[in-house]
This record gives sequence, structure tokens and C-alpha cells, in this order.
Amino acid sequence: MSDYTPNPRLWVAGVLFAGLAGFIGYTLPRNNSAGNVEPVAENVEPVAAKPDQPTPIEVAENSKENSKENSKENFKEDSKENPKSVFSPPPEDEIPKNEFGDMVRLGEKIFHDTQGHAKEFVGNSLVCSNCHLDSGRLANAGPLWAAYVLYPAYRAKNGHVNSFQERLQGCFLYSMNGKAPAADDKVLVALESYAYFLARGAPTGVQLPGRGYPKLAKPAKFDYDHGQQVYAAKCAVCHGADGLGQSAADRQIVFPPLWGAHSFNWGAGMSSIDNAAGFIKANMPLSQGNTLTDEEAWDVAAYIDSQERPQDPRFNGSVAETRKLHHDSPMNMYGQTVNGIVLGQNSPAAGPPP
Amino acid sequence: MKRTETERKSSATTAAAKVPLRLKTIVGHPEAILPTARRAEAAAATADTRHTWLPQWRVYSVSMAVCIILLAVPGVMERARAADGQAIAANGNGRDAPACSACHGEHGEGQPSAAFPRLAGLDSGYLVGQLDAFTQGSRDNDTMAPIAKALSTDERQAVATFYAGLDAAKIEEPKKPDEKAVAIGRSLADRGDWSTQLPGCGACHGAAGQGVGKTFPKLAGQSAEYLASQLKAWKDGKRTDDPLHLMTGIASKLSDDQLIAVAAYYASLPVVAAAPTTPQGSKP
Repeated sequence: MSDYTPNPRLWVAGVLFAGLAGFIGYTLPRNNSAGNVEPVAENVEPVAAKPDQPTPIEVAENSKENSKENSKENFKEDSKENPKSVFSPPPEDEIPKNEFGDMVRLGEKIFHDTQGHAKEFVGNSLVCSNCHLDSGRLANAGPLWAAYVLYPAYRAKNGHVNSFQERLQGCFLYSMNGKAPAADDKVLVALESYAYFLARGAPTGVQLPGRGYPKLAKPAKFDYDHGQQVYAAKCAVCHGADGLGQSAADRQIVFPPLWGAHSFNWGAGMSSIDNAAGFIKANMPLSQGNTLTDEEAWDVAAYIDSQERPQDPRFNGSVAETRKLHHDSPMNMYGQTVNGIVLGQNSPAAGPPP
Repeated sequence: MKRTETERKSSATTAAAKVPLRLKTIVGHPEAILPTARRAEAAAATADTRHTWLPQWRVYSVSMAVCIILLAVPGVMERARAADGQAIAANGNGRDAPACSACHGEHGEGQPSAAFPRLAGLDSGYLVGQLDAFTQGSRDNDTMAPIAKALSTDERQAVATFYAGLDAAKIEEPKKPDEKAVAIGRSLADRGDWSTQLPGCGACHGAAGQGVGKTFPKLAGQSAEYLASQLKAWKDGKRTDDPLHLMTGIASKLSDDQLIAVAAYYASLPVVAAAPTTPQGSKP
């Protein structure tokens, strides 16, 4: 019986341990509350070079870490993101019922039906929510709330400090292959109102976790053939074997074209392989995000961004010069020769058809 | 049956084309039925222009008849196929496949009260795919498996083409839809629930549920009970014919209440989308 004398201590230690464990468990983040919040840090191992396989696309050895296309925002890449603090935007039913709320609602409509509500500024078949999923709410899919709080910002893309409105104008000019609405145009005011509403309560000037698309560790090479295989296996069922997207029986565009005359142009962020790879890794195939390997995401992104698309609106008549000025990055295939064709050479004209 | 009808129609066409020809030749120009050599002689002998073009006239007539037949044959065959599909739908194929209309309705309108789906206006490629899936077992269904197996490849294509071309009026749902459920369903269909990586159904089936190609079927106006049963079937692994297992993943994220709500919403939609092109909106 005297053997039991140390037991109370053990019990106390046990209870304390259990309590502490419970407390720690309680304070841990609940990841499922805001969708896909996979920490970016998980994607680390660089893809090994495969000299024995056909690799038409090579990433330059001295790949500039922050090329012009890469350093979209003048914020240092802070990989120590805290997954605990994924911001959650206010729900739709909290949009106020007043004039401001009307503008927010218009912004949301523009966002998922850009053709229907901002047609004169759109030159292709895309809508905002093709790339900004869940109408600009979803983390790691270009959420509006994370972008809104980072402007005004210096952008290497155009070499000056941009307002949020100018950033939105860029979306129309490049991603929508259209025309930029004037800064006081109702379309821009509505989109800014919507972004402002979504960012309610978010700290300004802070790079929020889930901003943009995840950054994947850069591979040594892209494998075009492998990308083509991944595309056929995982993407073609929706976007079509020809990459031109698919429409419903009522002619509504359902799956956006990924290249060709009705897709984003050569100036769009998505034409940079690293952006496309990050988006694909986190979000594609739709509903099956983070199921592709990093290698698959890189290669399929390189395959997609090695296809012809509308010309860069900044095109000055020379593909080589335009590349040097705006696409001088191993992450951009503009001006490069793929399958014997210089990309950009035969591009359809930029902007909406006259 | 297909062949005999084709032959009958073809020979009818030939006869129709030939009768006036033969009559004309015999009545007007008896020389035309003589062997070619003698006809040439006759033509040379008479040295009459009216006679020199006679052989050419005949060549033209015959080639015209051939052309008419060639043009008519595909049309006749197409009609034979459509008739086939219609016949199978109405009466079965005479072997083990009973009439489709017994359950799916005379015009493919379905029977919502019994969860028999509407087939009218569904994509023919999708319908063929489903018949194949019933045969292969990737769509587990005790009723449809033996029927699909009893249909030949051609017959499957024929009934699929027949139903794809139909435009039946919508049958009322047996129960008045619960408005609250429809509202929840609409939200899931339009927006999804991204907290579980669930996209809106419209992201693949079209904003108005009109379907895309042979892979993403039309949902608008489909029977609620049928849609709910299929979502359950995906969830329970009784349907596994989905590319990339997209629907298996989607359905597994839906609670039973949610899938009933989504089904109620799509059943409440009109069969044909109201706006055929881009939706109307207030122009900014």
C-alpha cells in the first residue's frame, strides 16, 4: 500500500499535462474555418533536372528571384506566414442596405458576371472570378481583401506608385484583354467598393496570409511534354483539349479559355508561369486543390503559358524588344521559341475586337 | 428493319428518277436505247444536232439520278436511325430492352414522382455514356443495367439521339418545393461553399444549369428526387463514372439536407434557360 505514496504527484502531473495539452489544442488554429489555408512552406523541394527527357523549356540558371513580372508588389516575401490569422471577409448579408451597399453589390455582380456588367471594358471570355475564386473571397486564389490593403504600392511592372484603382485598370487591360475604365467610372468605383467591403477589419499595409497565389519552390527546368500530359489528364475535361474553354448549351461560357484569342493577353499576371503554377497548385482541378504535385503544377503551367494568346498591349512592334522591356524573366515565355514558333509573333491584336 | 426500309426508300427514289427518263427516251428518241456504237453511227448518219446530244442527255440523266440517290441515302439512313430510336423508345428493341417510355414518359419528360429522370433534351453523348456506364457497372443500377446491356451500340446511339432531340414540357414535381430548401440550394448552386473547397454547381454545369457537352449534364428542370438520389449515389460510391472523380468529391462534401436542397433548386428551374446569351444586367 505504501507503494501508492508517489501516485498523487503522478496524478497531479498527469492532470496538469492533460490540461496543458487541452489548452494548446484549444488555441491551435482551426484550418477548416476559411477554406484552403495550406501553408506555403510545404512546397519546398526543387524539381530535379531531368537531362534524359525532352525539355524544350529551360529555366535560366541565374533565374532572377524577383524579376519585373515577379515583383508585383513592393513587399518583401515573408515566408513566415502565420496560418492562424487567415482573414475572413464579412458575409454577403452584411453588405449595408444603402447607396454604398448598392455599389458593393454592383461590384460583386461585375466580379462574377463581368460580361454582363462591364462589357465595354472586356475583350475576352473571362470573368474576374475565374482567377479570383469565390468572388474574390478565397485565400490563395487572389483574394480582394488581401490586395486592397496593400495599395497604394510601387509596382515594377510600370515603375511608379499605383493606386488601387490603377491596379484594377491593369486587370481590365491585361487579364480581361480589354480597355481600362476611367478612375471615376462606375465600374471601378463599384469594384473598389466591393474590395473595400471585403477587407473590412483587415490591417492595412500588411501582407495577409493567403494573398495572391502560393509561391512554389522554383524548379530547375520545365518539362513541356510532361505539362502536356498533365493537361490532357487533368485539365482538358473542362477547359477542352484545345484550351479554348467550353460553353453551356445556352452558350454561356462556363470553362474559361486558357489560351487563344479569347483568353488573357501576354501582359496578364497569369501569363507568368510562377503565378499560373501557384494558382493551379492551390486551386485546380476545381474542388481538388493541392492534389497536383509541385512538379505537375509547374509543368502544366509552363505548357499553358507556352501557347499563343492576345498580344501584350505594350507591344512596340518588336517581339524581342517587348520581351526585353516587359518579359525578361525565365518565368515568361513571350518571345521565346516553342515548337518552332516565336511566341508573340503571331498573337492576335490586344484589346477588344473593333 | 433498318436495312429494308433504307432499301425500299432508295429503290423508290431510283424508280422515281428513272421512270420519266425511260418514258422520254422511248417515246421521244428511240435511238437512245440502242447500243452506243450503233447510236453513234445513227447520230453520224443523220448529222442532226438534235441527235448528237442525245447520248449526252442520257449520261446527264443517269448521273443526275445517281446524284439524287447519293444525296438521299444519308438522309434516309438518318431517318431510319431516328425511327429506330423512336421505335425502341416506344416499343423496346424486340429483345430484352423494354420501351423506355414506360418509365421515362412518352416524350422523355420523365416521372418526377417515381424519380425516373427526364431524358428529353439531354446531350446525346452524355446519354450514350450513361448507357455504357450502366453496362460496365460504373453506374450501379439494377433497373437500367439489364436494359442497357440488351441494347446494341447502335441502338444506344439511336435512343440517345432520339431523346437529345426531344423538347418535352416540364412535368410538375409531386411535392411543392420547400422555398427555404430552394434558397439554400440556389446559394450552393451559384456560390458553393468554399470553406470545404466546394464550388458552385454552376461552375461546371453552367450558371443556368443547362449543362456542358457530354460530361456535365443539364440539371435544370430535372426531377428533384432523381437528382437527390444521384448525389447520394455519388456519395455512396454507386456511381464512379465521373472524370477525375469530380462528382464523388463534390457529393461527399454535401450533407443530406444540402443535397436535397440543391436537387430541389434545380428541379425548380425552367427546362430551357430564359436568356439564351449573356445575362442581362444594369449597365453601369
